[in-house]
Amino acid sequence: MSARVLVGVKRVIDYAVKIRVKPDRTGVVTDGVKHSMNPFCEIAVEEAVKLKEKKLVKEVVAVSCGPQQVQETIRTALAMGADRGIHVEVSGKDYETLGPLQVSKILAALAKKEQADLIILGKQAIDDDCNQTGQMTAALLDWPQGTFASEVNIEADKLKVVREIDGGLETIKINLPAVVTADLRLNTPRYATLPNIMKAKKKKIANVKPADLGVDVSSRLEVLKVDEPPQRQAGVKVETVHDLVGKLKEAGRI
Amino acid sequence: MSNPLRGEVIRLYKNLLYLGREYPKGTAYFRERLKGAFMKNKDVTDPEKIKQLVDRGEFVIKELEALYFLRKYRAMKKRYYEPEH
Repeated sequence: MSARVLVGVKRVIDYAVKIRVKPDRTGVVTDGVKHSMNPFCEIAVEEAVKLKEKKLVKEVVAVSCGPQQVQETIRTALAMGADRGIHVEVSGKDYETLGPLQVSKILAALAKKEQADLIILGKQAIDDDCNQTGQMTAALLDWPQGTFASEVNIEADKLKVVREIDGGLETIKINLPAVVTADLRLNTPRYATLPNIMKAKKKKIANVKPADLGVDVSSRLEVLKVDEPPQRQAGVKVETVHDLVGKLKEAGRI
Repeated sequence: MSNPLRGEVIRLYKNLLYLGREYPKGTAYFRERLKGAFMKNKDVTDPEKIKQLVDRGEFVIKELEALYFLRKYRAMKKRYYEPEH
């Protein structure tokens, strides 16, 4: 099969880091904080590489949008088995306001340029939790979508996707080309060990600007403020049931 | 005699050190224990024994990868899915 898979990966604050809001409440502290690939994006890369190992696709291209640092994230994808990378340069103010709409426009343009047959993304990023990029990309390309995928199979020229939905699992068959977003149970991502990272240094990462793809990255959204969730009030301990009833009456609960 | 294996041992050390960056108790803690474990066996010369120790190191690499995966999986599951799942 001569299929080419485009995998979008996002550089986010590492999942294990304790997030702190900036004092001016315009965002979250990112300077000096550990960043890594979005966990759902790791699952997406793993699925693409698995498809290549099964010889169902020919080439896996990893894409990321952002400043210089996202090249680290692309390198991790290359270490996991992607063949080459594309770094879409977006920095400064543009990067701060970069959201699903802009990224999906970029991915749609790249899919046409690279003649991709399949786009695999993580279902959502752990920093903004939008869960929109996959769906928007499919809409812009007018491609079918298999979102929240927990199983993906290529049968003849169609894609069979098992989706995780509220009631359980839904199996759908969609035409290729298509967009798939990865859910937690799709696979177990391999770890990008040091030897693999070293080998991946030989793989190419191309540089592209959004303007080259004809995409306008200006945002229609403005962040007004960012706040921490309200602090949990300390609980009160009481000695007897009598006290408990008394306290509840005081609080107007009964 | 121990020369060809020397490269393997150093490679193993570097790989483990790289993995240690994500260790939950901190990189410094991990590096201390790693160095200690390797230094304890620095005078071993029997190639059989060295092979065994290197294999044990590879095993530890697999265990760390599994630890990191489980930790991440459980964190994601807790954050994004209902408890009954």
